[in-house]
Amino acid sequence: MKLDTSGLESTAPLFGSSSSELVDEISAAPSFALPNTINFDGFQKEAIQMVKPAKGTTTLAFIFKEGVMVAADSRASMGGYISSQSVKKIIEINPYMLGTMAGGAADCQFWHRNLGIKGPGLYYVDSEGGRLKGTRFSVGSGSPYAYGVLDNGYRYDMSIEEAAELARRSIYHATFRDGASGGVASVYYVGPDGWKKLSGDDVGELHYHYYPVMPSTVEHEMVEVAGA
Amino acid sequence: MSIFEYNGSALIAMVGKNCFAIASDRRLGVQLQTIATDFQRIYKVHDRLFLGLSGLATDAQTLYQRLVFRHKLYQLREERDMKPETFASLVSAILYEKRFGPYFCQPVIAGLGDEDKPFICTMDSIGAKELAKDFVVAGTASESLYGACESMFRPDMEPEDLFETISQALLSSVDRDCLSGWGGHVYVVTPTEVKERILKGRMD
Repeated sequence: MKLDTSGLESTAPLFGSSSSELVDEISAAPSFALPNTINFDGFQKEAIQMVKPAKGTTTLAFIFKEGVMVAADSRASMGGYISSQSVKKIIEINPYMLGTMAGGAADCQFWHRNLGIKGPGLYYVDSEGGRLKGTRFSVGSGSPYAYGVLDNGYRYDMSIEEAAELARRSIYHATFRDGASGGVASVYYVGPDGWKKLSGDDVGELHYHYYPVMPSTVEHEMVEVAGA
Repeated sequence: MSIFEYNGSALIAMVGKNCFAIASDRRLGVQLQTIATDFQRIYKVHDRLFLGLSGLATDAQTLYQRLVFRHKLYQLREERDMKPETFASLVSAILYEKRFGPYFCQPVIAGLGDEDKPFICTMDSIGAKELAKDFVVAGTASESLYGACESMFRPDMEPEDLFETISQALLSSVDRDCLSGWGGHVYVVTPTEVKERILKGRMD
């Protein structure tokens, strides 16, 4: 069973009136095979469950003067349980392309294969086929927190160091507020010579780097005044 | 998601030699969103009796207020503090009053009884008591806490050793739980003093 895309085809025959299987294969409009099932919605719902996208995550990327900055956390969770603190969510596709993984890896790679690069490019793609071009994106359950820091600190004419710090801080603040994000904050930079990993900081240490604990006096409990 | 997991929590109590320790995490969240990292889940009933309430924070606070009220009435009538066993029975009775509309809390009670004998106990939300000789755990990180305590606990620890063990068990357990952590709070209670310490932990 195939999705019918015949409406997109030209009515003029490609090679005369030949109808061999080979010609059909070549001349047919691109299509996806559809599952042979009576309940399509139910089948799709089950299929999505099987390759369930990891929503507990924080990833971000933005374009600036020097290129593109990409960053992500490293936590994988199943419900409330943390199944890994060392997941590689930034996939290195080729020396000039990176993808952040918030969702099934296969879906991600499929869309990256189908994207060309023309200068610094940043796209948000999703499993429903949506593709957005923009200057900055964040994806995952921690993305609202990351956007807060990112939007506030973003300038197009940042230096590489400033951009890396903005990316790192955005991920850090997301891991602090979001229970499903954490582990290591990785930062990648893509420039004219390809991508380079700039840093990978353990968030457990990053917090006390940003907010050192001051040795304070012992807190005293309020005591009721006797006989008051 | 269960209402017991709405705010997230981790609680343990451990018995040592003539002493006990009770510890909790410091997070208050709304599902995955962290609201506060200085939340108190352990309450002092009197100098030798502590109560930890895991589960839904709003119910924990209400339950605590009722328990304090009942304990104060007891003090007025009896002119003495409650024994840990008695307090556990009180908590159990108050929970069972709400048999068909319970407080969404799992309490942990730890205290020093007569002749400095340590007492620890936990309960489900409708008051079924579970006494233990070694340790009790509660909260969203309870599975990992069981694992950590099972492997780290040794009988008859001195207060210093007990503090180290309970802290390590707490910190390593909450590292496997999304909904608890963000620092720790530990009380070590001996016949002569109460040591309270705040633990630095991973803030993710």
